[in-house]
Amino acid sequence: MTSSSLHHGYPSQANSGAITHGHEHEHDHGPAKGITRWLFTTNHKDIGTLYLWFSLIMFLLGGALIMLVRAELFKPGLQLMDPNFFNQLTTMHGLIMVFGAVMPAFVGLANWMIPLMIGAPDMALPRMNNWSFWILPFAFTILLSTLVLPGSAPNFGWTFYAPLSTTYGPKSTDFFIFSVHLMGMSSILGSINIIATILNLRAPGMTMMKMPIFVWTWLITAFLLIGVMPVLAGGVTMVLMDRHFGTTFFNAAGGGDPVLFQHIFWFFGHPEVYIMILPSFGIMSEIIPTFSRKKLFGYSSMVYATASIGILSFLVWAHHMFTTGMPVWGELFFMFATMLIAVPTGVKVFNWVATMFRGALSFEAPMLFAVAFLIMFTMGGFSGLMLSIVPADFQYHDTYFVVAHFHYVLVPGAIFGIIAAVYYWLPKWTGHMYSETLSKFHFWLSAIFLNVTFFPMHFLGLAGMPRRIPDYALQFADFNRIVSIGAFVFGASQFLFVYIVIKTIRGGKKATARVWEGSHGLEWTLPSPPPYHSFTTPPRID
Amino acid sequence: MLSIRLLIGLFAGLTSQMAWADFTCNMTRGVTEISQGIHTLHMTIFWICVAVGVVVFSVMFYAIIYHRKSRGAVAANFHESTVVEIIWTLIPFAILVGMAIPATQMLIKMDDTKTDSEITIKITGYQWRWEYEYLGEGLRFVSSLTTSQDQIHNRDIKGQHYLLEVDNPLVLPIGKKIRILTTANDVIHSWWVPALGIKKDAIPGFINEAWARIETPGTYRGQCAELCGVNHGYMPIVVEAKTPEEYQAWVESKKGKVRSGP
Repeated sequence: MTSSSLHHGYPSQANSGAITHGHEHEHDHGPAKGITRWLFTTNHKDIGTLYLWFSLIMFLLGGALIMLVRAELFKPGLQLMDPNFFNQLTTMHGLIMVFGAVMPAFVGLANWMIPLMIGAPDMALPRMNNWSFWILPFAFTILLSTLVLPGSAPNFGWTFYAPLSTTYGPKSTDFFIFSVHLMGMSSILGSINIIATILNLRAPGMTMMKMPIFVWTWLITAFLLIGVMPVLAGGVTMVLMDRHFGTTFFNAAGGGDPVLFQHIFWFFGHPEVYIMILPSFGIMSEIIPTFSRKKLFGYSSMVYATASIGILSFLVWAHHMFTTGMPVWGELFFMFATMLIAVPTGVKVFNWVATMFRGALSFEAPMLFAVAFLIMFTMGGFSGLMLSIVPADFQYHDTYFVVAHFHYVLVPGAIFGIIAAVYYWLPKWTGHMYSETLSKFHFWLSAIFLNVTFFPMHFLGLAGMPRRIPDYALQFADFNRIVSIGAFVFGASQFLFVYIVIKTIRGGKKATARVWEGSHGLEWTLPSPPPYHSFTTPPRID
Repeated sequence: MLSIRLLIGLFAGLTSQMAWADFTCNMTRGVTEISQGIHTLHMTIFWICVAVGVVVFSVMFYAIIYHRKSRGAVAANFHESTVVEIIWTLIPFAILVGMAIPATQMLIKMDDTKTDSEITIKITGYQWRWEYEYLGEGLRFVSSLTTSQDQIHNRDIKGQHYLLEVDNPLVLPIGKKIRILTTANDVIHSWWVPALGIKKDAIPGFINEAWARIETPGTYRGQCAELCGVNHGYMPIVVEAKTPEEYQAWVESKKGKVRSGP
C-alpha cells in the first residue's frame, strides 16, 4: 500500500459516493458507476449488499408462497388449489427459505462484517467472491422457472426423498438438481473465501482467541459448509443418475436402497441446520454485550461450545429417520448424540443470560430481537430435546409438532438473528440511524404474530395432524384458522421492515462511528459509513 | 395501546365463533401399553423442559426488569468463571442422563416385536391406499378413503369423520399381541395410528416391524405420515378393535366375502 492510499475513502468521500482523485491509482478506486458496479464488483461491501438484497427478495417470495398455503389451510376442504400445486408450494417455500433467504443473508453479513471486524481491507479472494454471488440469481431463476414452465414444479418436499423424486419425480426435478448443484458451488466458494479471509487477513495482534464471536461462528460454519455441500451434490447427482442413466441407487427393485437416500440427505441436512443457526449465535454474542454494556460472559466457552456443536452436528443425522426402522442400537446412538447437543447449546444460552445479568440494559431494536431470539430459540430447543427421545419421536415425527419445532428455531433463530444484525449494523452501513419507533412496531408485530402462527402448531401436531397435507380432519380446523391469521399478519408486517430499511438508506439522523453506546470492536472504529476499502492499513490489536 | 386492543378484539372475535367441543391440544394417551408409555415419557420431558425454562427465563426477566440502564443500573464487570461454566455443563448433562434412561428402556420394549406375538398383519402402502394381509389366515384386502369428492370440494356438508373414514377398516382383537409388518409398493409411506403409539415407515424393499396390544375396544383413526405424492392427505387408517370372539366371527365372515367376492 502506498501512503497516498491512506487518504482514500474517508467519510466525506465515501458519503458523496465518488472519490475524486481515485483515477490516479488504478489499483485503488471508488465504486464504478451504474450497473457495472454491481456486475463486476470485487468489493466486499458491494457483494455483501448484493447478497442481502437477494436474500430479502427471496424471503418475501418464499413468504408469499407460504401465504398461499396458509390460505388453502384456512379451512378444511380444497378451495384454492389442487393438492399437487399445494405440494409444489411447500417444496418451493422450503427450498427458497433455506437456500435463498437464510444462507445468502448470512454470507452477506459475513462479507460486510468479517473484513471490518478483523481489520482487513477486503475479502481474501475478491474475484471468486463476485462469482459466488452471481451464481445464485441463475440458480434461482432455474429453480423458480419450474413454477411457470409447463408441467409440475418439484413437488416432493424440500427433502426430496427417493423414490418420490426419482422414479416418481416430475420432469422439472432435473432443473431442481441443476440449481442445487449451482447453489452448492456458490456456498462452497463463499466458504473457502471466508476461511481464507479469517485465517490470513486478521490484523496484527488479533489472535484466534481475540476474534469477535461472529467471526468464530462463521469460521466453523464455513467448515461445516465445505463438509456437507459436496455430500448434497453427490446426493442430487445420484438422483440424476437414477432418473436418466439407468442406475438404481435408491430403487429397491434394482437392488438399491431408498433409505440410503435419507442417510445421504440428512448427513448434509443436519449440519445444514447448524449452518443456519451458528452465525446467528455469533450475532447474538455481538448484540447482547453491546446493549448490556458488559463484556460477553465466557468468551472461550462460547468458542468451545460452537465448535462442539459443529462436530456433534455430523453425528446426529439419523434422528430425522427414527421411523425408518433402524436397528435399536442405531436409534439409541443417535438419540444420545442428539441429546448431547443440548449441553453446548445450553451453555450458550446460560452465557447470554449471564451477560445480561447485572448489566445496564437498554432495548433498542437489535436487542429486542435478540431477547426474542433467546426466549423463542430456547423454546425451539426444548421441543428439539423432546423430539430426540425416540419413543416420543414416533408420535411427533412428520406432524405439525415438527413444523412448530423447526420454525421456532429457524424464524426466531435464523430470521430474527438476521433482522437483529441488520438493525444493529444498518447505521454502520448507511451512515443513518433507522427509525426506532417504526422498528419497535416491526418487532412487536413480528414477535406476537410469530407466536400466533407457530405456537398452535404444537397443539395440532400433538393432536395428530400430519405435515404436508392440503386438507385436514375437522378437529384441526380451529387451530389452523388461528395459524393462518397469524401467518398473514406476520407476513404483512415484514413489509414494514423493507420500508424501514429503504428509508434508512435514503436518509435519516447521522450515525456516529460507534453508533451504540456499548459497542466494541474494530468495525466501530471506522466512520459510518465505512470507506469503500475498509482497512487500508491494518490496525494493531494489543 | 391501539395494537393491543386490536389484538384482544381479534382473539375475542375468533374464540367466540369457534366450536371448542373437539378441542385437543395434547398427545393422546392411547389404548396400548406402548402409547401410554410414550405419553408418560412425553409429559415427563415436557415438565422437565418447563422447569428448566422457568429457571432460565426467571433469571433473564429479572435482569430485563431490574438491570435496565433507565433504572440507573451500572454494568458489573464479571465476564468469566470456569467453575460456573463447569457447573452449568454438568447439570444439563445429569438431567439428560436422567431422561435417557427411561427412554432407552421404553425403546427396547418397543423393539421386541417377536416374543409372544399371536397375530401378524402385513401392511403394504400404495399410492394412495393401504393393503392389509392377515398372515396365516389367508385374508387380504385393500382399505381406501370413502369421503366423497363433493365433501372435499365443499359441495357437500362434511361428515363427522371427514378424511378419516375408509371402506375396509383394519379389524384387530383386543388383549392379543399383534405384530405389524410394514412395506410399500411404490414410494415411501408411513403407517400412523396415534392411539396405538405406532408410526412406522412403509418402505419399498424393506419390511419394518412394530407391535401393539390393544386394551379397549373401539375405533382408532390415523393417517399416512410420510409425503407420498399428490393424494398423501387422502390415505387414512381406521383400526377397529373388537373382543377376541367378535374378531373371530369377523374373520370368518370376511373370509367368506373375500372368497365369494367378485
